[in-house]
Amino acid sequence: MALWREFGLQLRRAVPRASAGDVCLARPRRYVSYSTAPWRTGGAANPSLRNTGAKKDLRSVSQGWTETRRCFSVTAQAAHGHITPPKPGEEINVTFIDKDGNKVELQVAEGDNLLDIAQANDLEMEGACGGSCACSTCHVIVEDPDIFDKMEEPSDDENDMLDLAFGLTETSRLGCQVIMTKELDGLVVRLPSMTRNLQASDFESK
Amino acid sequence: MLEGAFVCAQCTTRLGQPSVLRSTQKLVLPYSVRRLSSHAAQVDRPVRVAIVGSGPAGFYAASRLLSKHQDAVVDMYEKLPVPFGLARYGVAPDHPEVKNCEDKFTEVATSPRFNFVGNIDLGNDLPLAALKPHYDAILFAYGASQDKELGIPGEKALRSVYSARAFVGWYNGLPEHRDLQPDLTSGEDAVIVGQGNVALDVARILLSDVDTLRRTDIADYAVETLSKSRIKRVRVVGRRGPLQVDIPTSHSQSIQASFTIKEIRELLQLPSVSFDPIPQDVLPPEEVINGLPRAQKRLMQLLAKGSANDPHTATKSWSLDFLLSPDSLHWSPMHPYRLMHTKFSRNELDPADRYSPSSKITPKYLSSGKRAMVNLPSSVFFRSVGYKSLPLPGLEDLGIEFDSRRGIIPNDGFGRVTSPSGLGESQELPDGSLITHLPGLYCAGWVKRGPTGVIASTMADAFTTADTLVKDLATKKDSQSLLEDPEQSSGLGWDGIKAEAASLGLRTTSWQDWQRIDAAERERGQRKGKIRDKFGRVEEMLEVIG
Repeated sequence: MALWREFGLQLRRAVPRASAGDVCLARPRRYVSYSTAPWRTGGAANPSLRNTGAKKDLRSVSQGWTETRRCFSVTAQAAHGHITPPKPGEEINVTFIDKDGNKVELQVAEGDNLLDIAQANDLEMEGACGGSCACSTCHVIVEDPDIFDKMEEPSDDENDMLDLAFGLTETSRLGCQVIMTKELDGLVVRLPSMTRNLQASDFESK
Repeated sequence: MLEGAFVCAQCTTRLGQPSVLRSTQKLVLPYSVRRLSSHAAQVDRPVRVAIVGSGPAGFYAASRLLSKHQDAVVDMYEKLPVPFGLARYGVAPDHPEVKNCEDKFTEVATSPRFNFVGNIDLGNDLPLAALKPHYDAILFAYGASQDKELGIPGEKALRSVYSARAFVGWYNGLPEHRDLQPDLTSGEDAVIVGQGNVALDVARILLSDVDTLRRTDIADYAVETLSKSRIKRVRVVGRRGPLQVDIPTSHSQSIQASFTIKEIRELLQLPSVSFDPIPQDVLPPEEVINGLPRAQKRLMQLLAKGSANDPHTATKSWSLDFLLSPDSLHWSPMHPYRLMHTKFSRNELDPADRYSPSSKITPKYLSSGKRAMVNLPSSVFFRSVGYKSLPLPGLEDLGIEFDSRRGIIPNDGFGRVTSPSGLGESQELPDGSLITHLPGLYCAGWVKRGPTGVIASTMADAFTTADTLVKDLATKKDSQSLLEDPEQSSGLGWDGIKAEAASLGLRTTSWQDWQRIDAAERERGQRKGKIRDKFGRVEEMLEVIG
């Protein structure tokens, strides 16, 4: 058993990361997550093996967007992101715009929520309460007010949490509460910056 | 030997040969530690970062750091044998969903680049300065360990007067407050001074049905005490008006954070608990409410609507009392240990500007010229006017000048520790002013911005600090060590300190130890039909791991 596990780990390391990433980028349907945080695979490996992995990752950070994405992820692959792949012909299009303005277009299945979708695709969205509508960390802004109106009204609980969100807008929602339906095909959501862009004045006046 | 800690192969080899020692002249610290040969200038050793504190701030900083810097190794130090700080000991037991953040923290801890060192009280057990030679950066995220006092006569009484912080720690099984034994049987009236979420948590625990609480991870002894409680009436008293109560947002910078709408709604929905309507002259009229920003508007609407529970059939009740400042506590003349009432002085809002959040609050005077006072019956009294951070002993050895007035480590807002007196490297800001950073030292969470805000605010704040640290590491190309010049950091982290700690007789806990304690707590809980049954004493925790 241990031998096979070790073999598997070796094999994983043998596959060049860059090519895996390219496949990932080239595939239009990114509902399957290819990313694995490097340290998640190395649980049983010996320190020197891990070290080579770490070095490789350090290099890959500079190799462009896909690679950065791959290396990011401390998000739970096991705990979250358990999304269902859409059946052919039933894909729903959803686009995320991250805080740097990058667009990520995804095809997803009906019934998944935006938090799970984002985390399964390694987008920078936190779900501190695990998607139970008890925090405001998965705040998203719906770009098109018409689509916002098509959505179900946020519950009192959701609105209570949105009240605490930074940068609240008229079309804000919690990602964990937006469940994809066919009516929401073409949904575009923006992820607000989680961290504040502080100005010099922010700390000088204190 | 390394117990799962991530150390590069080179370090591992070097660990085995601690023969090359530096000249002692190189030691600049009063705390003399014999150090191993430094190889900091070589780029292939990991960047070692110490995080002091294992609450949400520490873990979110660690998470961000490990994900943004693939070569960083984090050692997290914790005073208790168990992690998670206020997520474990502050979040109310009936809010299990808020504790879900622990799942994320647990995942962070599975990283081989993460190392938990529990049961070590830095500054007391081990001098802080002992860390410095072995780390490239130190990040303080140890939160706020004290609460603010009111400064009124009788506050220090041993019975019937409690700090909400201690009460919260007590029902959450925090070893420090295991023996609080609050007296909830001497009467029916509880008064809580302060209108933050901690005050509302205390109110909710006092008003909740004990059988609902029994299934949570609340401490057993607390359930027992609460089941005997005679409290029927809870007053949550604040010195301001409803509109002057700040609504904390996830980026709130205000010092006096107050309740959030979720907590109010929960209290209003408690079965067989009624809510005293807020007097008409205190609550703003409808047309004012409708013109308020969204969050305030919804809160005011909720307060105006009140509870659907009929006060005649309800068994318990609560109220939010505004514009009252505590003056003194009064005991029964017959029974000197029995608290009778709390005397409050009345405040009033600026009549010209009653409904503005910045309306001035002034003491109210009677026509006779005397202060308007009111007595509220109190059989138990809680103060809940905020937490405060204390300096860790030995911060000054690292050059940190703790700001006791604001209860924070002085910082630039990004998380870099600054020196108000200007010792260190000065840097000019875009606006022309000078700021002095203490290189390699960072802070996050409540010790950085004051004890305010929800977990989301701490997360954003910890991310900012971690991003700053990563940025600083990237700009420092010639060496990895931010803390000292590269010659002086061994980069060994905890591995360089543990011999010292062991010689002091310290028994630290690892993440594996916590997992065993965790499993034991869950198992104990399962037998009692609850999520978890926490160990209330440090000795009990240590017994589990043998």
